Amino acid sequence: MSENKVFMIFQDTADARPFIDAFEQENPEANLDYQPGLVRIDAMGELGITQEVVSEIAGRDVDLQELHLTLISLSGNIEEDDEYFKITRH
Amino acid sequence: MAAKKLNMRKRYELLTRGLGWDPTYQPKEKVFSNETYEGIKITDWSKWEDPFRLTADAYWKYQAEKDKKLYAVMDSFAQNNAHLNVTDASYINALKLFIQGVTPLEYQAHRGYARLARQFSGEGAQIACQMQSIDELRHAQTQIHTLSHYNKHFNGMHDPFHMHDRVWYLSVPKSYFDDAKSAGPFEFITSVSFAFEYVLTNLLFVPFMSGAAYNGDMATVTFGFSAQSDESRHMTLGLEIIKFMVEQHEDNLPIVQGWIDKHFWRAYRVLGLVSMMQDYMLPESPMSWKEAWDIYFVENAGALFNDLSRYGLRMPKYHEQATLEAEHLSHQVWGIFYNYIHAAAFNVGLPTEKKMDWLSEKYPNTFDQYYRPRIDMWRDMEKDGKRFFNMGLPQLCQVCQIPMGFTEVAKDDPMQIAYRMSEYKGEKFHTCSDGCKDIFDHEPEKYVNAWLPVHQIFQGNCGGAEIPDILKWYHFKPEDGGDYKGSADEKHWKEMRGEAATEATTDSTEEPVKATA
Repeated sequence: MSENKVFMIFQDTADARPFIDAFEQENPEANLDYQPGLVRIDAMGELGITQEVVSEIAGRDVDLQELHLTLISLSGNIEEDDEYFKITRH
Repeated sequence: MAAKKLNMRKRYELLTRGLGWDPTYQPKEKVFSNETYEGIKITDWSKWEDPFRLTADAYWKYQAEKDKKLYAVMDSFAQNNAHLNVTDASYINALKLFIQGVTPLEYQAHRGYARLARQFSGEGAQIACQMQSIDELRHAQTQIHTLSHYNKHFNGMHDPFHMHDRVWYLSVPKSYFDDAKSAGPFEFITSVSFAFEYVLTNLLFVPFMSGAAYNGDMATVTFGFSAQSDESRHMTLGLEIIKFMVEQHEDNLPIVQGWIDKHFWRAYRVLGLVSMMQDYMLPESPMSWKEAWDIYFVENAGALFNDLSRYGLRMPKYHEQATLEAEHLSHQVWGIFYNYIHAAAFNVGLPTEKKMDWLSEKYPNTFDQYYRPRIDMWRDMEKDGKRFFNMGLPQLCQVCQIPMGFTEVAKDDPMQIAYRMSEYKGEKFHTCSDGCKDIFDHEPEKYVNAWLPVHQIFQGNCGGAEIPDILKWYHFKPEDGGDYKGSADEKHWKEMRGEAATEATTDSTEEPVKATA
């Protein structure tokens, strides 16, 4: 695994909650840092979520591109499809 | 049962491939006339792939939803007179600098990306640039709209676009964007999407907006984060274009690296204003400039360039110097504004004791040693009724246009102001740093044409010879600048909050000072 960090930052809002919780659940190594108004999630090398887990947490069928609504920033190389979203370092 | 939906990759491909065509009335190089003159070689645009595979329908849907949320917050903010809930009216000064200095850049970016959408011949890049162009216009509009509520109650926000084109301190951000916009399309996108947005913009939006939340300003938090939600897409475009250029042809690498070096330094210098906003203008700061620099530059850009080293790219030149300066930057920039605040359209004030202690804690290697004594001296002078204003006009750096106030931190001589000088066609040109000097020396024919506010004043192009004439030409009102203490904004704030003013009150029936467009 890469020695370099990736991160995602979301607004600390109800709409972002299924995404934040899914990152926490699906990436046990991730750190969550709560700052005023936002949540920063970081990890070494990779962070990812799946549509299945996000939908389960939200209790409805979530389109992963909805993360655009509450995403503040990110760093890493993006891989995405309908079923998953991933951010990695080489 | 409905037909199975196409997957994301397929949808994106259909949007970005096969919609273009080869022109027949005119040769291709005439239709896309900006694409080759910078020396960037693109052999196959079909290799372009946007990692955010956002199609037009999804784009409009999500953008509409973002705006809906933002306007709901703005409405309730206005209904509840929520400007009264910020920690202190001195906080509003950060917003003044934001609308004067940043919002017009959003509009400039809108124009820049519209040009790129027209000039790039690859459909994938065209679509990404079209979306970004629309995003940037949305940012300018939502910022103006949100801050218009503050404009009803506070000074200095009444004519930001006019000010942006003329005012001495706003020529710093303006000249950076003018530099990028007057370059070719590949340099522009390297500058704005990569050097500014990917490498540095987190420093502007993340700690600053978090600071707005910390200071009770939910309207600004909301427009900031709404804009920033587009920024993730823009940053990704920046990374993609860099990889794409260096993958397309080996000759592109040295050109791209040169642009990264140049625009990192240009954008870093602009962010000096942000360092001051963060450390000195927020009554409560959740994070210092130095802390933000360590997280968002040292750690994050370090990881980014480790990734990019496989393409032969390295960290931008002088990044070590910028990191050394992180412990000095905000104090030096704030010092410049303390000197010249009589000629600005916002207020500053000496930091409170609480703020001084916070600065000591956040800057253990520099604040008490270098900057506290100067502030103590200025405080003593104020007490004696000798508040120091610098009545001369400063020498400006020919490139970044900041008054020469930065010191030789990298040479371990932080009390010596840094001066660099170049000669071009028998004339002398001054710069503030090795970074700015390199930029000048590489393209002197460009920077000798810089519109330097101080030179323009001396040449008689700025409304007159006296400071009041110049401020009038800037569209500043007499009550816009100066110290926060005793300012029209402070007085009005106390009236609105039903507090006693610090000095002997004047007639309380007097109309509050309002700045309206």
